[in-house]
This record gives sequence, structure tokens and C-alpha cells, in this order.
Amino acid sequence: MEVGMLPISASKRGKLLAAGYTTLDAIARASPTHLARDIDVSDSEASEILSLATKASSALERERPNGTHTAVVGGGQTAWDMLNEEKFSSCITTSCVDLDNILGGGIKCKEVTEIGGVPGIGKTQIGIQLAVNVQIPQEYGGLGGKAIYIDTEGSFMVERVLQIAEACIEDMAEYSHQFHKDFQACDVKVHPNNILENIFYFRVCSYTEQIALINYLDKFIMENKDVKIIIVDSVTFHFRQDFDDMALRTRLLSEMALKLMKLAKKFCLAIVMLNQVTTKYVEGSFQLTLALGDSWSHSCTNRIILFWNGNERHAFIDKSPSLKSASAPYSVTTRGIRNSTSSSKRIKMM
Amino acid sequence: MANKLINQMGLPKSIANIFTARNVITAKDALSHTEFELMELLDVGKEEVTSAMAHVSEVVCPPCQTALLLLEQRVRNECMAGHLPTRLKGLDEALCGGIPFGVLTELVGPAGIGKTQFCLKLSLLASMPANCGGLDGRVIYIDVESKFRSKRLIEIGINSFPEIFLKKGMAQEMAGRILILRPTSLSEFAESLHQIKVSLLQQQVKLLIIDSMAALVLGERDCGASRQQALGWHVSFIKSLAEFSRIPVVLTNQVRSQIGDESRMYSFQAAQSRSIIKDNPATYDSHLVAALGINWAHAVTIRLVLEARSGQRFIKLAKSPISPALAFPFKITSSGMVLLDDDGVEMKGPEISTINCQGLSLSSLAVSSAEYFLTKNT
Repeated sequence: MEVGMLPISASKRGKLLAAGYTTLDAIARASPTHLARDIDVSDSEASEILSLATKASSALERERPNGTHTAVVGGGQTAWDMLNEEKFSSCITTSCVDLDNILGGGIKCKEVTEIGGVPGIGKTQIGIQLAVNVQIPQEYGGLGGKAIYIDTEGSFMVERVLQIAEACIEDMAEYSHQFHKDFQACDVKVHPNNILENIFYFRVCSYTEQIALINYLDKFIMENKDVKIIIVDSVTFHFRQDFDDMALRTRLLSEMALKLMKLAKKFCLAIVMLNQVTTKYVEGSFQLTLALGDSWSHSCTNRIILFWNGNERHAFIDKSPSLKSASAPYSVTTRGIRNSTSSSKRIKMM
Repeated sequence: MANKLINQMGLPKSIANIFTARNVITAKDALSHTEFELMELLDVGKEEVTSAMAHVSEVVCPPCQTALLLLEQRVRNECMAGHLPTRLKGLDEALCGGIPFGVLTELVGPAGIGKTQFCLKLSLLASMPANCGGLDGRVIYIDVESKFRSKRLIEIGINSFPEIFLKKGMAQEMAGRILILRPTSLSEFAESLHQIKVSLLQQQVKLLIIDSMAALVLGERDCGASRQQALGWHVSFIKSLAEFSRIPVVLTNQVRSQIGDESRMYSFQAAQSRSIIKDNPATYDSHLVAALGINWAHAVTIRLVLEARSGQRFIKLAKSPISPALAFPFKITSSGMVLLDDDGVEMKGPEISTINCQGLSLSSLAVSSAEYFLTKNT
């Protein structure tokens, strides 16, 4: 029923149906005073319903293939326009060449990426590295943006952020030294404290706070427009305990994922969600899989799984609409995430 | 935060009354519904629900800080920027100063390897005055298996810091700062935790040790999902305790043997390696695994694995966001744990998390600890 599409309260909907207004056309043709009298609401409420109905019915009209319309449905974009956008969409480097390659340049803005793995594989390390790398100035190929770090487990250690920030500045100085020898030595004027200053940190202690924070982020980012990445570490922790009603958990998680997706698209930022693992009984044996269930696995645009391959850490692209399913080695060093030592050796030998 | 009342949040009267009428009293009640559910429940339009929830979310949301602010607070207010030095040079360097404040540090290893010895030394270090490198505060030691021995504690003190402990009355004062609790069940433990939370700041408690977490949880009668839930609640509570009071929390954990084929892989790996496993059945490792499950492994921030390989004991930094993967050989002497090599061996790969118990028989361990008691003259 078309009346069900209107964003009005259930009782008003019920009154409309009881009064005989079953289609949007019927409502649109009525006058506000008649509507108010028929369904027993105030005049202002009636005109509100009327404007909603007219908007909705004209949108429907354009969709009906009666051959007389040529305009695109409001709010859409052609694929060609999107192609131009995609070409120039920004990426945030992970500081590991192999990883950036399989990701098509880095973590993409406007997309939600989920990264999961066993404890100790380096999820928080990647999160912190991205929070630092998003701040790389545009002269060095970065986005020059700020980061929001949502910590649900308490694993954000400031000493480590300082180490990674210092290493990043050293790398930038070396890069400018190597490639800008002709020009005046452009000293990197960034101090590690500046990098720390641009990471907004929220410590979340329950799933209620997590949901409240995601709701609040819209307003926060309006006030801090240069935020370019939101890292949630980890999205799982509070949803794994405390929940008797799994169906509720699924609904809350999907609403949260939708809101984050909206934020990503609206403000052109990247969202990285770190997830934990659990075991699942499949095909006669226990296998590792990312936590939060099967319905959650549909919520992210891209899904990367970090795992041990022999003695090396690898990242595998488990799900992506545009990236090929591939795996790349990386390593965690005192300077942060870097290329795996075996691949660096290969490069040196060439 | 989650239990804030909706009618105290400054919402317009009309909508606040509707919330109360529908029994949505706390923020948690409101945020546990999706927006559509709230529309149905409260019988209001989408706009109203969205703006009311935006207001509620803003009130409940945690405060925003920057990483710089955190660093400055720690440097300004805390000893060694928030670390408890263990006096084991290699370990302290790897941990950027020592056991960090505000997070959970887990010690896991087979029985008799030295976890309780390490905990005893840490309690001493926390109780010592600041000019000797301690935290000058009280210690709460939750001793589930009744392994705490004051004699051994004093012995460690005298042998490691003779200049302090042989002074008149010092030993009594230090030992007097360590409070030992012996809960016999998880619920008693939960009660003690609530009491600790209340008195933490007034009583100047600077360290909380739980020896051992595994014994507490595994001793409960009901198993499976309810035990996991109970463990989950306790973990969250202890974490929040550690964080809001900024103290180090050390927990010990037991090990269990691997059950069958526990070499866990993801589905994409399983497809590739099914053939490999069939060819070499000898890929089953014979080592041990930490108890309490994978949820627990995710929940602790730092995991120190103590193991024995070919008769030599090692302490390994299996999980730590601030340290490289190092393993230090150690031995237990009359002054507690002592590292044999401060540089450590760098371990590559998942080997850092495996737990071995080779070449160390329990009887030899028992004999060596008895020796220490015999050498102390009363």
C-alpha cells in the first residue's frame, strides 16, 4: 500500500486508511481542510501529510514507465558521473606497498572497510597507522586530514602512537630529502605532537555509548570538517557480551552500519571497523571466521582478513565489490606497519 | 552513562513524557531500539524521533579527547608516564617502561613456571616508596588458589632490595600495604570487585593482581554460554576499573592441552591447505593452549607467555601493542624472577604465542622452591 511509504506515525496512517485514503493520489487531491476534518487532526498536521504525499507521489510518477518522463529520479547519479568521482577518490596509504597495491592504492574514502583477525595479528597497529597516515600533508601525497579513533577495548596506547608518528615524520623528511634535492630543503614542519593533536579519541564503555556516539558523529563532523577517517576498534567488543536477544543485536548492528555508511558518503571519509574472530562449525570442522554473525558480514563494503601464513603476517581481501581477491604480506615493526622483510629483500636484489 | 534518565536530559516536555509513558526510561532503553522501532513504539513521526535521539545521543556520548591530551595527562600525573617498572631491564624496555597502567596484563603459562613468583615481586614493587622506584601505594591481591606466601614475599624483598628491607620496620610496612582476598566463587569475586571500585581511590590502591582468573571461572559449576557471559561481564568490569583509576591490573591464566585438531584456519585457507594436512598428519602441535577462550584473548591488552623449552624458561611478549615480539630467558632465584639475557630473542610468526612445557618436570620445580624456604633463617 502506498500510504505505508509515508514517514508518519502509525496512528495517523491508521486514521488515513480508516477514512478511505488508500493511495497517495487520493491524499494529494484532497485539500488540507477536508483532510483535517476526515481524519480528525489539526490543519497544520494535515498540510504536512499533504506535502509528504505530493512529494512521494511525484517521485513515483517519474518512476512509472509511461514514456512521458525523461528526468532522472531525484537523488540519483549516472554511472558515468560516478566513474569520474571514483577515479579521483582519495586513498589513505597503509605504509606497506604490497598492502596498498591489493587495496588499489590504500583504504578508500567513501567506503566502509572491515578488518578482522586473531588477537595479536596487528589490527590495532593498522588502525593507529591509518590514524597517523591520514594526516600526511597533500604535498606528500596524503589527505592532510584528521582522524577519529573510537576505542571500545582500551587498546589505544599513546606511547605507540608517538612511535608511529615520529617514524612517519622521519619517512616524510627522507622523502623530501631524496626527491626535492634541487629545491630548498623543505623541512617537514610537522612535530609528533601535532599529529597526536589531530587524532580525536573517544573511549566507549558500553554498546549504548557506542550507538550514541555513532549518532552524534554527524554533528561532530559538521563542526570538524577535516576529519577524513573514522576507526572503530573494535566494533565487536561490546556486542559480544550482554546480549540475550540476538535478533535485537542484528538490528542494532545493521542500523549502526547504515549510519556509518551514510557518514562515509556524506562527508567523503573512510571508515575502518576492526573486528574480532570466533569459531564456526562448518563442513565437519571448526573454522575461524569474523565475529558478529552472517548478517553483519553484509554490512561492510570491503572485508579484509589478517592471518598468519607460516611466519609472516598476511592480509586477504575476503569481500570487495571492486578489488580482486588477493593476499599480501605485511609486517609490524617499531616504526609501524611496513613491507614484509622478505618482500623488501626481493626488491633489493632486483 | 548508559543509565542516564531520559527525563533529565533536557528534551522538550512533550516528547520526554511520551518516552516515559512507553516505559523508555533510561538512555539504554532508548538506544536499544532502532529508529523505526521507536517510531512504532512512541507513535511519533520520523523527524521527531531523529531529533530526540540526536539529543539523547549527544548527552550519552563519551567526551572527546585528543591523543595529545592523553599523552600530556600521563606524563604529568603518572610515574614513568603510566608504567610500573618490573626491574627486569629487557622486559621494561620492551614495554616502554614497565607494566602499563589502565590496561589488563595477562600472565599465562603451565603450572609451576613462575607466574605467582612474578606477581609477588610486582606486589612488592608497587608497595615500595617512590624514591626506590615503587608506586608507594597499596596492593590488592586476589588469591584464588591460596598460593600467597608472606614468607616468600619477605624473602624476595630482602634478597632484591636489602638496603630497604633490612631497615627496621620497613618489611612490616611494605607487607602491610598488601591486602589479600580469597574469594571462593565468581559471585563473591564480583562483590569484592564492587567494593574495590568504591574504595580504590581513597585507599590509594596502586595495583590489582588476580591470581588466577582461570581458577575462578573454571571452578564454577555451570558451563558453556552462561559462563562465557559471566566472564564477559567480569572482564568489562575489571577493564573499566583499571581505566578509570589508571592502575595496572595483572591477571594470571592457566593452560590446557589442545583438543584434537585445533589448528584453526579461515574458510579461504581451509580450501587451499586441505591437501597439505592430509599429506603430513604430523602437523598437530603438541603444545599447550591458554585457557578461557578466544574472547578472553581478545579482551586482554598485553599477554605475557611463560613457557619452558628444553629445560630453559622463557617469558614472551605474545600480545602487546607497544612491544616487538621478544622472548627473554629467565630463572627463578631467591630474589624472584631474573632475566638471563636483557636483549631477548626476536620471534617471528605465531610462535610467539605458543606455549611449551618441555624439559621441566614439576617435581624439580617443587624442590627448588622448598630450598628457598630452608635457606631463610627464622
